Amino acid sequence: MKAIEIKNLSKSFGKKKVLNDISLSIDRGRIVGLLGKNGMGKSTLIKIINDLLTPDSGEVLVYGKSVGVESKLRISYLPERCALDKGMTVKKVIKFYSDFYGNFDSSKAMKLLHDLDLDAEQKISKMSKGMQEKLQLALVLSREADIYILDEPLGGVDPATRDYILDTILSNFKEGATVIISTHIISDIERILDNVVFIHKGEIILTSDTDELRSSENASIDEIFRRTFRC
Amino acid sequence: MFSPDNNSPIYLQIAEKIKSDIVSGELSPGARLPSVRDLALKLKVNPNTVQKALAELEMRGLLFTERTNGKFVTHDTGLIISIKNDYAKNIAESFLSSMEKLGFSNDEAINYLSNLGGEKN
Repeated sequence: MKAIEIKNLSKSFGKKKVLNDISLSIDRGRIVGLLGKNGMGKSTLIKIINDLLTPDSGEVLVYGKSVGVESKLRISYLPERCALDKGMTVKKVIKFYSDFYGNFDSSKAMKLLHDLDLDAEQKISKMSKGMQEKLQLALVLSREADIYILDEPLGGVDPATRDYILDTILSNFKEGATVIISTHIISDIERILDNVVFIHKGEIILTSDTDELRSSENASIDEIFRRTFRC
Repeated sequence: MFSPDNNSPIYLQIAEKIKSDIVSGELSPGARLPSVRDLALKLKVNPNTVQKALAELEMRGLLFTERTNGKFVTHDTGLIISIKNDYAKNIAESFLSSMEKLGFSNDEAINYLSNLGGEKN
């Protein structure tokens, strides 16, 4: 059984077609990069997988079942924008998460916060954008999930912290779990990807094993991406 | 420290690095390799990529698996020597072909090399 199976998915906002008949299946235990320029449908697709948006047509199966309560337990999701109550302290957010999610590991969260140099007593509103992103990532990785979906996890952080975040992802996702990372910053992230999916104007234009693509095109994924989407 | 680049298949770069460590003796026959997860963290790549590299080496007989203990370097020193010879042959051939481009005949190139050896000593 596939981790995620997407069948003929379409979604429009008003007259604008954001996803156009997308089909894609993702095997368990893989780290998959969902790559595309801004505004090409990555976040919309991710929101539909997380049952936060309803598609106009088509369906998404998570472990063979339609999305819903069960898939929300299986998937740990890092949204593109900070979704935390800014008035809370870090400690309070952790309490909130552990009350809310049965599979949340508070001690792991505390350890990650310590590793990421975050202060448990601090209010979220007092944190920089980069710190907020690190906190959200720590929370997402502290859930014992089958699937981790990270929407632009590197957006607001500097290159040095990017390496650190990639290491944190690599060393903390549950063994055998599936990871989907959407990004337009490719060079920093491509070495950890098993598969890549190129998404453009609401359509999937390429899916491949990462090393096979490097080998057939004789170039890095970053280079191939730039070639494909040159303006 | 070794770090794979993004321009060619990463699993092949990792396999090549381990192979050259075996040939150079950095990894001796019978030595135990770190776990897949540890190697992945050290090289900052995906565990599946490391797994693929090790499988490649195992297929060529350079590594073997002991069911519960992990992966080890082969005891077959004959195989290691034959790979070493392949490496040496490649280096020698590429030297000769580069020298040929500079206008040296094979004999002149070999002569040059032995004189260089004399200078070094």
